[in-house]
Formats: sequence, C-alpha cells, structure tokens
Amino acid sequence: MSATEIDVKYVAHLARLSLSPTEEQKLGAQLNHILGYIDKLKELDVSQVEPTAHAVPLVNVTRPDEIQPSISNEEALRNAPARANGLFMVPKIVE
Amino acid sequence: MRLVAFALNENIPVLNQLTISELTARLAKREVSAREAMQSCLDQIKRVDSKIKAFLSFDVANALAQADAADQTLADGTTHAHQPLLGVPIAVKDVLAVKNQPLNCGSKILGKFISPYDATVIEKLKAAGAIVFGRLNMDEFAMGSSTENSAFQLTLNPWDTTRIPGGSSGGSAAAVVADEAIATLGSDTGGSIRQPAALCGCVGLKPTYGRVSRYGLVAFASSLDQIGSFTKNVRDAATLLGVISGQDPRDSTSVPQPVPNCTAALNGDIKGLKLGLPKEYMIGGLDVEVKNAVDAAVQQLQTLGAEVVEISLPHTDYAAATYYIIAPAEASANLARFDGIRYGLRVDGADPIELYSKTRGAGFGAEVKRRIILGTYVLSSGYYDAYYLRAQKVRTLIRRDFLKAFEQVDAIVTPTTPTAAFKVGEKSDDPLQMYLSDIFTISCNLAGICGLSIPCGFTGAQPSTPNYQPKLPIGLQLLGKPFGEETILKIAHAYEQSTSWHKEKPALTK
Repeated sequence: MSATEIDVKYVAHLARLSLSPTEEQKLGAQLNHILGYIDKLKELDVSQVEPTAHAVPLVNVTRPDEIQPSISNEEALRNAPARANGLFMVPKIVE
Repeated sequence: MRLVAFALNENIPVLNQLTISELTARLAKREVSAREAMQSCLDQIKRVDSKIKAFLSFDVANALAQADAADQTLADGTTHAHQPLLGVPIAVKDVLAVKNQPLNCGSKILGKFISPYDATVIEKLKAAGAIVFGRLNMDEFAMGSSTENSAFQLTLNPWDTTRIPGGSSGGSAAAVVADEAIATLGSDTGGSIRQPAALCGCVGLKPTYGRVSRYGLVAFASSLDQIGSFTKNVRDAATLLGVISGQDPRDSTSVPQPVPNCTAALNGDIKGLKLGLPKEYMIGGLDVEVKNAVDAAVQQLQTLGAEVVEISLPHTDYAAATYYIIAPAEASANLARFDGIRYGLRVDGADPIELYSKTRGAGFGAEVKRRIILGTYVLSSGYYDAYYLRAQKVRTLIRRDFLKAFEQVDAIVTPTTPTAAFKVGEKSDDPLQMYLSDIFTISCNLAGICGLSIPCGFTGAQPSTPNYQPKLPIGLQLLGKPFGEETILKIAHAYEQSTSWHKEKPALTK
C-alpha cells in the first residue's frame, strides 16, 4: 500500500509554520518516505481493538476550586517579547 | 608534576568522580565540603567540556552559593537521613524549569527565557539538599537520538569525540560519564534516557509513566514523556528515584502510588527471579558485538540465580511506526504554545497569523518542523482515523504484549540499542534511519512501563586479551512491570556488583 502524497504547503498552514520552498520540497520527500514506513500498521486488523490514549488509566482527576499562590504579573510578563501597561502587546486583531 | 597528579587520581578518586553514596558518606564525616565537591565538578567542566560540550551554560556563583548553603546546613547538624542529597552537585537537562535560570529546550524559539518557577522534580532535589546547577544540551524539544538537533552545539561522546552521545538527553549522559556532575536528570519519551546512557556508558532510569511529576518539564509527547536519572551506578539511581517520585497535585497524570524505597531492595539476591528474553529483539541489524555482550550478560544473570526464558512480544515490529504517529501528533499540539506572543522569539507580521508562522518558521529547527508537519497531518481531517486512531489501537496491542509477558516473567532483558554510538553526521540526513535507532526503547514508553539501561560491555577486544582498551560502551536494557522499578533496580544492581563495566572511565576524564 503506497503512502498518500502529503500536501506540505497546506499542512504547514494548518500548523502556522512558514517554510521556504526548499524546506517544503525536502520535507515533502522525507515525510512521504516516513509515511511509507508507517503504512505497515495497515497490515494489522485492529477492528476489535480499543485505542489507548494513556498508559495509566486515571480518570476525572479533579481538585477543589480554591485560590492558590501564583506568580506575580511582573514575573508572568518577564519573558514577554513585547509588553505595555502590565499586558502582552500583540498585533492589531480587530479593525 | 602532571605524572604525580595522575598517579594520585588513580588511587583516590577526586571528588567529581564520586558517586552520590560515596560523596554523601564523605560529606557526613566532614572529610570534604560541598563547596569542594562543587568546585571539583566546575574544574572538571573547565578541563573537559570544550571537548564534549555537554553544558549549554552554568551559573558558577549560584552553584557555589548553593554549596555554601549546604555546608552551613551540614554544620547546623542536618544529616543525610533527613536530606539524602545534601551537598551533591546535580545538573539538569535544558528541558526542566529551574527558577531564575535559562530554559531553552535546545531551541532558538525560547529566546532569552528565564524560568519563573521550579519544576516539581527540581523542588524535590532542592528539598533533599542537592546543588542543582547547569543546563545540559539536548536535541531540540527532545526530538532526536543523537543530540545533533540542538540549535546551539554538538555534544560529543566522551569515549570517542568523533561520535554522538545519543539523544535526546545527550548532554545529561555525557556529563555524568565525564564526571562533570555527580548525577544528572533527563527526560525519556522514546528512549531519550536509556539510549544515551547505553551509548555513553552509565546507568539511565526511565521510571513508569505517572511515577514522577512532570510539572515544569516542557511537554513533547504528553502520553509518553517521563523524567528520570543518569547516574554512575545503580544505587544512585535508586536514591534519586526515591527523591523525585510521588504524586503531585500540579500534574494530574502523576499516580497515587507510594514512593518506593528501592535502595533497601539492593541486596544482590536475584535467585529465582524470572527474566524474559524477547525473541523479536534478536534481529537482523543487531550488531554482533552488542549481541555478544548481551548474551554474556544474560549468562551472568543466570549464574547469579535468575531463570531466563524466551518470550514473545509479537507487535514489536510495529512499535516505531506507532511511535512516529503518536509522538509527533502530541508534539504538534504541545508546541502550538510557541507562537511568539507570551515568551521567547517573536518575528513580526502584518497580522497575528503571519506573526505566528514567521516566528515558528524562524525559531524551530528542521527536525521539529518535520514532526510538527507529520503530527498535524496525522491529526488532520480525513487522516485521523487512518493514522492517529489506528496507531492508538496498535498501542493497545503493544501494551497487551507486555502485560501478558509480565504474567510469566518478573522483568524483560534486551539490548538497549542495536549498535554502539554512531559517527557524527552518519544518520543526520536520513530521518527514518535515525528513528529506527530507537527500536528497542520505544515500546516501553508506548506501554507505559519502566526501564533502565546499564553498562554491559564494550566494543573492541575482550578484557582477557593483552593491552585491553575499552572502546565504545554497550548497554543492557531491563524492562519492568508498571511501578516495578524495585525489581529492575535489584536485578541491575546484582549484575553491576558482579561485573566491572561501570568502573571503566573514558581516557579524556582522567
């Protein structure tokens, strides 16, 4: 079974990842090679098998909704690439 | 002068060469100070790190201040019974948050990020009295098997500096083997602790999924990631596990299991324990020297009283394909947070979407981009069922193989890697070949069980031949039941104490 050709440009847009034309071409070839290998999973009949999302079956881990100590506004903004008035600065979103 | 110093080193190990238990014994007797131990590690870094480049950075003033604080605590009467790591220098992989220290994950996208808090494991190390220092090199976001994917530098194998140290925790393994730290922490998503431990020649322990809190570990693949240790012997691995384990309200995937006291189990008695040898691991592609070393180790375990039986893990051949769907899928979601808004690098764009894309395009390296694209693809509409859901179902089959095997045996023995350390650049242009270098370690993460790697020999001539020179280390992998660390540590310890592989040191460290 052959791998589906991957549309790198489209997937890169979904992932919000800008790629140069050279990167697109190289990634496309490499990923088709990798997907070709991954296709071996189609040899197995998994129609009667439940999926595993986590190895440890913990469910509904909750805690009381209480106020806990947290880092300060100043600390939270310390690594921001752009900031003003105690807030993160971002490009204009709404006209 | 040089000859005299060398001769002294041969007889009395300098402080940086000591294990945790040796160092704490000498600190307890006040024969040495924590400051001397820390300084000894810093001196070794100065002497050898230009050759192996394990450290991305280290904060000398902060490390020595912690050492002085440890000396004060010792002087005030605190013992190692209360703080088992008091005065022990421990370095960490660049993926764990240490308050007020840089955190880069081997990537350019985090810019000049400084951690605002300590990871839970770092809190626990500090509470146990450890001197936590240094940022150890790694494959970018822990994606890789050679540490060549670091955006900053190439780390080299202390045994042969033309070869890779393994990855992704290559810096953590190289630093311990080169005696630059007493022990180190790393993370393991598909073998990133066990594989570099095998290729550099130290003990690498990946605890059971859920055993250790991952709060403050930058996430790669959340259903697979686990934090673990690199140590010079098995006893130290047991000591560290006791310190870093335990349920944590800040990590909802950490499991309410009692913290194990594994050092108590290290009594050398493995008589009657049943070990499984999976026939699927003795395959083509397995290097003959690795096979011989593992065969000899299995024989040694039998001599020590263990019973060895052949077992089957029939879905072994599907583990790598399963892993390279699940891990990139989870990574593509986890790495969405690196968007140039709240921290790290930002490349401006006309609108937010362009800002995200340009930032991520400039900040991520080739392997991370490859996995984000692969992961986004297998999760995308129309392909989810064919790839991601199918992989999760095969994961169930792989986990069942192990649980079934563990009904019959106490632990599983395999080679850690198919070959010894490969050359720098040998696999960096062929991602699939690089991925397949992890085939023996990946299943453990998919099944969520525990595993470790322990030195079991070297390539090159046999120790009995004249002028024997060890060349490249070979690792033996022990896989244990979920929360069965005690058993694999006990077996590894018995093996280690009956062999001398762990005492061999690479020439550049001497």
